[in-house]
Amino acid sequence: MEIFNHDSNIHFLGMRKYTIAIAIFLMIASIGLIAVKGLNYGLDFTGGVSMTVDYDQSVEISDVRAALDKGGIHNAMVQSLGGTREVSIRMQTKDVSAAADAAGKVNLERVATNVAKVLQAARPDAKLKNPEFISAEVGAELRSDGTVAAVFVILGIMAYLWIRFERRFAIAAVFTEVHDTLVTLGILALVQREFDMTVLASVLAVIGYSINDKVVVFDRIRELFRLARKAEPEEILNRSINNTLSRTIITSLFTGITMGALYFYGGTAVHGFAVTMLIGIVVGTLSSIFVASPILLWLGVSKKDLMPVTRDNPELARRP
Amino acid sequence: MSDFPRWKYALVALVMLFGVIYALPNAFPPVPAVQVTANRDAPPIDQAVQQKVSAALTARNIAVTRVFVEGDHLLATFANSDVQKSGADTIKAALGDGYTVAFKLQSNVPGWLGAIGARAMPLGLDLQGGVHFLMQVDQKDAIEKQENSYADDIRALLRNKNIRYESVTRNAAAGQGIAVILRSADDRSTASDAIANEYTDLLVSSGASTGDRFVLNVAIKPEKLRELSRSAITQNLGTLRNRINALGVSEPLIQQQGDSRIVVELAGVQDPTEAKKLIGAVATLQYRPGIGQPGDPRAVEAARTGNIPPDANLYYMRGDNRPVLVSKQIIVTGNQLVDASSGIDQQSGTPKVDVTLNAAGAKKMGDFTNANVGKPMAVLYVEQVYETKVVDGKPVRVSKVTETVINDATIQSPFSRQFQTTGLGSPKEASDLALLLKGGALAAPMDIVAEGVIGASLGQDNIDKGFKAVMLGLALVLLAAAIYYKLFGLVADIALFFNLVILVAVMSLIGVTLTMPGVAGIVLTLGMAIDANVLICERVREELRNGSSPHAAIRAGYEKAWSTILDANVTHLIAALALTTMGSGAIKGFGVTLMIGILTSLFTSVTLTHAFTAAIHGHRKLKTLSV
Repeated sequence: MEIFNHDSNIHFLGMRKYTIAIAIFLMIASIGLIAVKGLNYGLDFTGGVSMTVDYDQSVEISDVRAALDKGGIHNAMVQSLGGTREVSIRMQTKDVSAAADAAGKVNLERVATNVAKVLQAARPDAKLKNPEFISAEVGAELRSDGTVAAVFVILGIMAYLWIRFERRFAIAAVFTEVHDTLVTLGILALVQREFDMTVLASVLAVIGYSINDKVVVFDRIRELFRLARKAEPEEILNRSINNTLSRTIITSLFTGITMGALYFYGGTAVHGFAVTMLIGIVVGTLSSIFVASPILLWLGVSKKDLMPVTRDNPELARRP
Repeated sequence: MSDFPRWKYALVALVMLFGVIYALPNAFPPVPAVQVTANRDAPPIDQAVQQKVSAALTARNIAVTRVFVEGDHLLATFANSDVQKSGADTIKAALGDGYTVAFKLQSNVPGWLGAIGARAMPLGLDLQGGVHFLMQVDQKDAIEKQENSYADDIRALLRNKNIRYESVTRNAAAGQGIAVILRSADDRSTASDAIANEYTDLLVSSGASTGDRFVLNVAIKPEKLRELSRSAITQNLGTLRNRINALGVSEPLIQQQGDSRIVVELAGVQDPTEAKKLIGAVATLQYRPGIGQPGDPRAVEAARTGNIPPDANLYYMRGDNRPVLVSKQIIVTGNQLVDASSGIDQQSGTPKVDVTLNAAGAKKMGDFTNANVGKPMAVLYVEQVYETKVVDGKPVRVSKVTETVINDATIQSPFSRQFQTTGLGSPKEASDLALLLKGGALAAPMDIVAEGVIGASLGQDNIDKGFKAVMLGLALVLLAAAIYYKLFGLVADIALFFNLVILVAVMSLIGVTLTMPGVAGIVLTLGMAIDANVLICERVREELRNGSSPHAAIRAGYEKAWSTILDANVTHLIAALALTTMGSGAIKGFGVTLMIGILTSLFTSVTLTHAFTAAIHGHRKLKTLSV
């Protein structure tokens, strides 16, 4: 079975002005979104107290908020956990300190008991579970760790491609990586999905996934350059994208299927992970086709850069 | 296909067998159990205890699956965690104080699997429920203490060598060293030599001198500072283990995280209060020379007027709040204490506490007690609590130290390594003191920076959901590959299935704790592992289109795809590696899973499929390939 015409010869490079323009626009828009709307950081990053509340019958988020306000707990974030009977409540450390114990320490049990009392006053069927407390410093550290890890990944990949391929490939890959990461984060900021630890893991995994895609195309470019007698870069790049198109899309589909399964059956704990991964797969696949190669072309990749290095042997040269 | 060597077939068969065997233990889920161990004074576990437990459970109508004795402990297994909890309560009530009753997940793995080292993956808290704490170790405190102790040592050394000095003071910030001020340049050089010779861990340098003040800067060497920080963590880990064992949780997870944090996970515990009391008691101990008895006139006078002698501190006794004066000199600290246990003194018949010190502590204690028989010695208990105050609208954590004297006794005769404190009020007081002494042996104070409770039902729910997601993801990809690539797709399916099996086997063997992010990593690995096969199949198709013969197409397909597969996987591996460097346990687990998955998929999707393809197509004459 084949879905894609193996003789396809879509002129992807012909659209490069538009595709790069769109890519740059998306990047700027993403930076703007992250700057203006910001990421909806979860408890893992902000620090504070969170808990899940189960109701026997369905409940309105606004009712939960009203009950909390009435009980003197303000500024709490109440969110539905999918369905109408389960909500998550989040409070920042500074709001919690009001409910802290005599010594001023954040006392998780005390906060939890307090919240439970307040909620049960309004709705006796409220059941509290999974209270959690994270200090703000741990969250801040996670953020910097995540940034360091992302930079490490991008630089590591750049170094590898530089050695295995060539400088231009490394630069093109890193540019597209940054693009993919930024756009994925931008979409997360746009839809205000909670950004927690699993989402951070997912974003880092997206970097790994999307480089996979690019390397496959790059590999084909290298191969075709080496094989071709008359190597017109634009023609070679275009053929490489077309040749690998079927693989690019099939792999994305397969990975997408598994992430879909994770989203629908894996429960709320991995929702964020699966969604982020799905966004990343789409962005990564598109940028492999439309963004990576045009950059390579602009950087001026050519046949002679990619021929296997055959060192002139000085011994041989000296012989008559 | 003759170019696929025999030994590779053997290797593939071996790896498949290995995968199946070592993944197998995960098919036997552990059962909730209660473990009973006898404390030191209680009669050992035997048939009588077993009958007592069985009878108690039957009397309360609690369905127990098995009650049996295993080694020095008794185990009772239950159908689910609810019954387990009421079972534990019943057993506790029936046996009384002499026994420790703990929750346990009893492995169900057949003995022969265990014998070859095969075991199930340990489950993370999010999969089995429990409480977790993350603690920050205050390493600065350990360094401060060490500097204080060096300052004392230097004073003693200078006195011994008859070198006159003006002062020996520790600089305010921890790790900044000690300033020794001497009277002359000659004294300074002799002191410098003496200190450098005696204490090789110290760096000695001359500072600026003004008039008759000759300054010598003494700093702890950086490598020693690092070692101090490291050992502070190690010691706290050990102390926590002791404290948590007292809590009766079987198989607690107590691990270092990053440079200065300790993570504690107690599976099966649903009420964090008791655990926190023990863990959160951030306390340290100091043995110091006492000045007079508690409540003697001098101390009362000092407490009233606030005029405290310069070489002393004023504290209050724990319990009765009598004022007591204690010297500033520290003889031995809690981290030099090896053991403390309570008992009854044979001679006087009063409760006592036996204390054992380590070698360094013993030497100091010996030196001190030799010179101070008949004088009092106090045990100071330093407890640190953190307060969150709001300063300028921002929460700021302030540490507050409370210091109480828990014991002040007269030195009867010189002692060093082992000694006892007698004349305590009651056996309870003695056992409390022993607990405090032992539990107080933290090298540096700790502070809980994160904690959480995960319900047991949520854990089971996560397991079910995770399992469903893995199975569904696998099934869908298997189906899609078989439809799209026909026979080659089926071969890839076998590879993908074995990739899952081998991945689970390797994770089990290494002992990677399975968490929900880890499950997500497994699912992601399944989706990406098929990529190598997609590459190979596409290549084979291409070769066929270009007019290659089927055998040549297979060979060329594998050969040409290999370089791409390698590059793609190495770059992916770099990304996974970065994930494992993250401090957080959850992300680390995900990264480790991803890494192992990439490596196993390299084997299964290339070598394993090649073996199957070669075996199927073999030396047969082929007209077409089903790809």
